[in-house]
Amino acid sequence: MVRPAHRRPGQSRKAQYSLFVAYVIAVTGAIAGLLLALLSVVDPVGFAQLRVVSQEVAAPVARVTRSITGSISGVDDNISAYVKAGTQNRRLRNELADARRKLVATSALQEENRQLKSLLKLQQTDKAALAHGYLLTSTSTSSRRIALLSIGRNLGVASGQPVRGADGLIGRVLSAGPSVSQVLLLTDVDNIVPVRRARDGLPALSSGRGNGFLDVRTLNIANNPFKPGDILVTSGTGGLYPPNIPVAIVVSRQDDGALARPLADPGRVDAVAVLRPYTPDNIEAQATLAPNPDAAP
Amino acid sequence: MNRAAPRLGEPASLWRMRIVPIASVMVASALPLMLPIVASSPALPPLGLLFFLCWQLLRTEMWPVWIGLPLGLWDDLFSGAPIGSAVALWTAASIAIHYISQRIYWRGFFHDWGIAALLVAAVQAAAALIAHPGSPPGRLLGLVAPQIVISMLLVPLFLRLTGQFDNFRLKRR
Repeated sequence: MVRPAHRRPGQSRKAQYSLFVAYVIAVTGAIAGLLLALLSVVDPVGFAQLRVVSQEVAAPVARVTRSITGSISGVDDNISAYVKAGTQNRRLRNELADARRKLVATSALQEENRQLKSLLKLQQTDKAALAHGYLLTSTSTSSRRIALLSIGRNLGVASGQPVRGADGLIGRVLSAGPSVSQVLLLTDVDNIVPVRRARDGLPALSSGRGNGFLDVRTLNIANNPFKPGDILVTSGTGGLYPPNIPVAIVVSRQDDGALARPLADPGRVDAVAVLRPYTPDNIEAQATLAPNPDAAP
Repeated sequence: MNRAAPRLGEPASLWRMRIVPIASVMVASALPLMLPIVASSPALPPLGLLFFLCWQLLRTEMWPVWIGLPLGLWDDLFSGAPIGSAVALWTAASIAIHYISQRIYWRGFFHDWGIAALLVAAVQAAAALIAHPGSPPGRLLGLVAPQIVISMLLVPLFLRLTGQFDNFRLKRR
């Protein structure tokens, strides 16, 4: 039983005023906080800079806990995988058979693609990464999906750079601190990625659901062309993510598009690469740099 | 004179009385960002918010009603939510607790559990709605619903933990 609070300050003017002032401060501060929150929703990159200090505090501890325990994420995945093992096995066999068939088709296409590109003298965009790091930790109590990357401005990371793992796209850098940076993960509700279907180049937009899955919507609403198993890659439209990075695989059809699962799971990816943003400046710079290695030998 | 022995009637350390509650909330807010978990959904309960509510339910008069401003700002820095959302929502929650503690004169355990569960649900739902104004609200609420249910079930545990911290806070040397 909790002792009742003596909220009535009695006859003392001083006590009455101090209670009143406390409420005035609280209400004013709460309204100011709400306005600040709305501003920071509008300008997430600018306000992300405010978190630099807290990240620099959290990152060393995260490094230590990570090295001690390893990555303990995926516990829930392991349990659900155990439950779903039978159906998953059957599904995977089917997928494997499909994938073998597609691989044959793809190798032919790749060869054709290479020849066409050499005909067009198109420069392959620079695959070399700006920097390599690993994901330390992420926010896990709020609806935002932001991960901490173990490198920051010390290695040339800046906001707006795409981040990818070996399997596919992870997200983009939201803000860079002196030694750690924030990565807005692919699955965040506000992270919209222009993608295309790898098979036929059908353009679509992918947006996060916040729960580990992605919503994919086509740009034309006439029909719903997606099938489970479709692979989506970045299209390069909009000029942030370089083209042809694997993004997701379609899991099921929805009313207005498809539900997809990211190919790279940030919870278990070891190393990630920070790439140059796909902006006109960078593309031109690489186009002028690229002929040199060809000319040298 | 034996300094180690407690003297009769000596009060608890003033610093400890003040620092323990604030430090417990601040550490609980910062802890999720220090664990090596890359979560793909809001998986962990909001530890800082739970301690914040439990302290206020246990000792309503310990903090002024504006304590949510600094503690909420601290939580915003670590939680990833838009900066300012916890400032507003935590303060609103502590105003609600002060109001409820006037209306319900003798609060029992189940009152505390109910109030904390209600406030956790309201704060987490509102924080999600503030963070993603363009998304359909139904889907956002579905996103935070599992976390809210887990938090509601964990409230008694946090009440007990807060009680343990309170005993330590008021221990006489």
